[in-house]
Amino acid sequence: MAAKAVGYDVIIGLEVHVELKTRTKLFCGCENRFGAPPNSLTCPVCLGLPGVLPVLNQEAVAKAARAGLALGCTVREISKFDRKQYFYPDLPKGYQISQYDQPLCEHGQLAIYDGRGNYVKTVRIRRIHLEEDAGKLNHLGQRLSDAAGSLVDLNRAGVPLIEIVSEPDLSSGEEARWYLNALRTVLSYLDISDLRMEEGSMRCDANVSLRPHGWAGSLGDLPRVEIKNLNSLRNVERAIDYEVERQATRLAQGLKIELETRGFDDVSGRTYSQRSKEEAHDYRYFPEPDLPPLRLEAAQIAAWAKALPPLPDRVREELKAAGLEAKDAEILVQDPSAVAYFRAAWEAYGKAVPVANWMLSDLARLLNAAKRGYGDAPVPPAELAALLTQIDRGVLSGRMAKEVLEAMFERGESAEAAIRRLGVSQISDEGRIRQEVEAVIGEHAKVVEDFRAGKEKALAFLVGQVMKRTRGQANPEVVNRLLRELLSEPVRPSGS
Amino acid sequence: MNLLELGAAALAAAVREGEVSARQAVEAYIQQVQASEPTVGAYLRLDEAGAREQAERIDQASWEERRRWPLAGVPVAVKDNIVMEGMETTAGSKILSGWVPPYSATVVERLVAAGAIILGKTNLDEFAMGSSTEFSAYHPTYNPWDPGRVPGGSSGGSAAAVAAGSALVALGSDTGGSIRQPAAYCGVVGLKPTYGRVSRYGLIAFASSLDQIGPLARTVEDAALLLEVLAGVDAKDATSVDEPVPPYRQHLDQPLPGLRIGVPAEYFGEGIDPVVQRTVEAALQRLAAGGAQLVPISLPHTPYAIATYYLIAPAEASSNLARYDGIRFGLRQPASDLTQLYESTRAAGFGVEVKRRILLGTHVLSAGYYDAYYLRAEKVRTLIRQDFEQAFAHVDVVATPTTPDLPFPLGSRSDDPLRMYLSDVCTVTSNLAGLPAISVPCGWAEGLPVGLQLIGPAFSEDLLLRAARMVEAVTERPRWPWQREEA
Repeated sequence: MAAKAVGYDVIIGLEVHVELKTRTKLFCGCENRFGAPPNSLTCPVCLGLPGVLPVLNQEAVAKAARAGLALGCTVREISKFDRKQYFYPDLPKGYQISQYDQPLCEHGQLAIYDGRGNYVKTVRIRRIHLEEDAGKLNHLGQRLSDAAGSLVDLNRAGVPLIEIVSEPDLSSGEEARWYLNALRTVLSYLDISDLRMEEGSMRCDANVSLRPHGWAGSLGDLPRVEIKNLNSLRNVERAIDYEVERQATRLAQGLKIELETRGFDDVSGRTYSQRSKEEAHDYRYFPEPDLPPLRLEAAQIAAWAKALPPLPDRVREELKAAGLEAKDAEILVQDPSAVAYFRAAWEAYGKAVPVANWMLSDLARLLNAAKRGYGDAPVPPAELAALLTQIDRGVLSGRMAKEVLEAMFERGESAEAAIRRLGVSQISDEGRIRQEVEAVIGEHAKVVEDFRAGKEKALAFLVGQVMKRTRGQANPEVVNRLLRELLSEPVRPSGS
Repeated sequence: MNLLELGAAALAAAVREGEVSARQAVEAYIQQVQASEPTVGAYLRLDEAGAREQAERIDQASWEERRRWPLAGVPVAVKDNIVMEGMETTAGSKILSGWVPPYSATVVERLVAAGAIILGKTNLDEFAMGSSTEFSAYHPTYNPWDPGRVPGGSSGGSAAAVAAGSALVALGSDTGGSIRQPAAYCGVVGLKPTYGRVSRYGLIAFASSLDQIGPLARTVEDAALLLEVLAGVDAKDATSVDEPVPPYRQHLDQPLPGLRIGVPAEYFGEGIDPVVQRTVEAALQRLAAGGAQLVPISLPHTPYAIATYYLIAPAEASSNLARYDGIRFGLRQPASDLTQLYESTRAAGFGVEVKRRILLGTHVLSAGYYDAYYLRAEKVRTLIRQDFEQAFAHVDVVATPTTPDLPFPLGSRSDDPLRMYLSDVCTVTSNLAGLPAISVPCGWAEGLPVGLQLIGPAFSEDLLLRAARMVEAVTERPRWPWQREEA
């Protein structure tokens, strides 16, 4: 439930950090990998030892630029790096190399959609810059305040990050969630990050302000609260909703909103003050003298733009044009491996809608249960297409096809092999089915009477009996039709 | 033959040909170190074992191998802000006491690959911040020409070692004059290369946009030989420049007929000790007599150079020194929480001059002051660079005194930072402009050496060395202090 603030507009901007998936770190040759033993992926450069110098990783530059291009940004031909300075044990040099006034990418936008695939709005993206991640502290004890000590792990120090800063165009926790979802989708098409919020490879800070109706000043003059380190889409929404209500309540009580940094406690669902304006850092940014300005050729930027894959907005339109419901299209669009699977199966089968239906119902259920994705589905797209073709040919009923699909999924069999092994194939021969229908009518005179007396339900029982006699292989459409045909004939006196 | 008398080129040639063993050279220098150190104090750390080991390696190598080593057997002293794997490196600071680097600077790797022998690490003002080496956290260094006087700084240990014969050549670093000023005070040759000419990888940073590593040597020839080994692009330093390295030594004696020497009015007169000025002017006259043209010029933004330098250098230093936090290496003071850990470690680990510059630099970069100080200083820096660009449209090199005065007595300026800062008045401009500059002895006054500075356009080290060679040719040098001691 979205929070309301009567008499105010809710103004939200998000800062999203995304760790780039690169072979090495941003400024040294250390491997960029999650989950290695503490401090095993370090060298003099990322440890910040005296005398070392950073060397920029060009793979990270290319990936950051591609993210910018996919989000409609302008990529600057000249950008530069700056030092953001503060003391913390996870920051080995005492400064983070970031980009301050000349970021790599600027002026982008991102369309956001609700859960049913309906367009909501387009959010402007202010900038995307490239920077290095800090390490991690592991505190010994339950809480920081009574920790017996802290261990520093610098494996993450120097991992490349992009920070994507939106304009304050969002107006609810729900919209913030949609924005993050859309952002994650676009980035997932580029394969530049793991995008796992729970592992910290995607992190979000939210800036929340309430603007009184009729406010004439600039947004910058509104007291702004920054909520740091939100670690799931759900918590982004919860934290923002809580914060909007908190601010609205304070304002209603005639209290002021303080400029501050707050954290979010996901157990209580509340935000709490971390740092007031007075305690705010002065980061003392200045140009990084160890790195020359980053210069990119216009031709290089154009080549990156040209090589982008089809992006979600285009794919969404394509799927809708192929006849998919907005909601179904949206589900597929959010998963690039699903889109790839869909395209391959669609091409092999020829019709889009049945492919989507089977993917989103039965295949999705099997994948979920097996904790797999479309990228490593045991049933390849061509085999799903083969299965659907057997339905069209009348070889399989829908119900049989589900059974066959399960077998294919479990054993990694082809559709043909599964059908053969299970011995399932539909009986569509009318003469054969008629025999069984007549036998059932003969055996269940009472039910036949009920049906004739107007009890529609009785028909289902009779269909069931026919299916039982054919071990489920009779074509249910034919059974239905024949039953109705035969039951509508006048009763013949028995024995005549 | 006294091995100490040989220049670097001659010694390396003799070692290559097997006429002299590297071991003999090393023993001769170790002996000289032992003789001079009690009165000079140039070294923070000697590595006799390492030096002997490297000498063995050289002596046991085949002639085929040895002949590829331009510095075969040449004993080198390295300023203690340049790291060498396995050897304690402190940058003259308590905060790095006991720190043993796990890697070597690019210049150290190049020296070793060229067959040089590293004798030890030399004294300096803490983190290279100072002009007298009195701000070393360990001990002072004394000028070999007069032990009552400072050797200059911050590369005072390296300059004194070369003058005292306790190293044949040495590495220094120069942020605002830290190679050239001690070179002048100690009567040796000191070259600050063009920014980007020599890799800074492994140089403990003071002010990253100004720092350069360069050679200190008895002669221009030795400096040229050393620079040939040091110079060149390095993949580990993004600010190093991929510019070809000429064979500096080979070109040295090519004449420079009609060399146009710019003489900037701003570097003569007020603030310059008349004795120094007379000595420099006399040297210039001798050059003119030999065919050089002296061209009066103006570098109008020179008066702002010291102020500009003392905004930019501390700003960068305050940032570069943030990593000395007691967490990963070096000194850590006991503390009950994180803030206290930082405060007590840095309070105990840094000396007074370093603290002064951290405070200054932090202030300069603070919100509300950045535009007025740092940004404005960067603008003046551009003007100073433009001064030189305009000058080099008319002249080939610019000549100035290296220092405004003669070496001063120990203790005479330690409590007067502003006066101390003015020691850099002639040298900071080339750091701000990124230009190469060399100090070469041009005469002796009151028994003390006077340095003449030549500044050239970017990557004109070749020209500067040849011009310095001309100065050397018209300068009479007294016997070295170590030659006098011997006599």
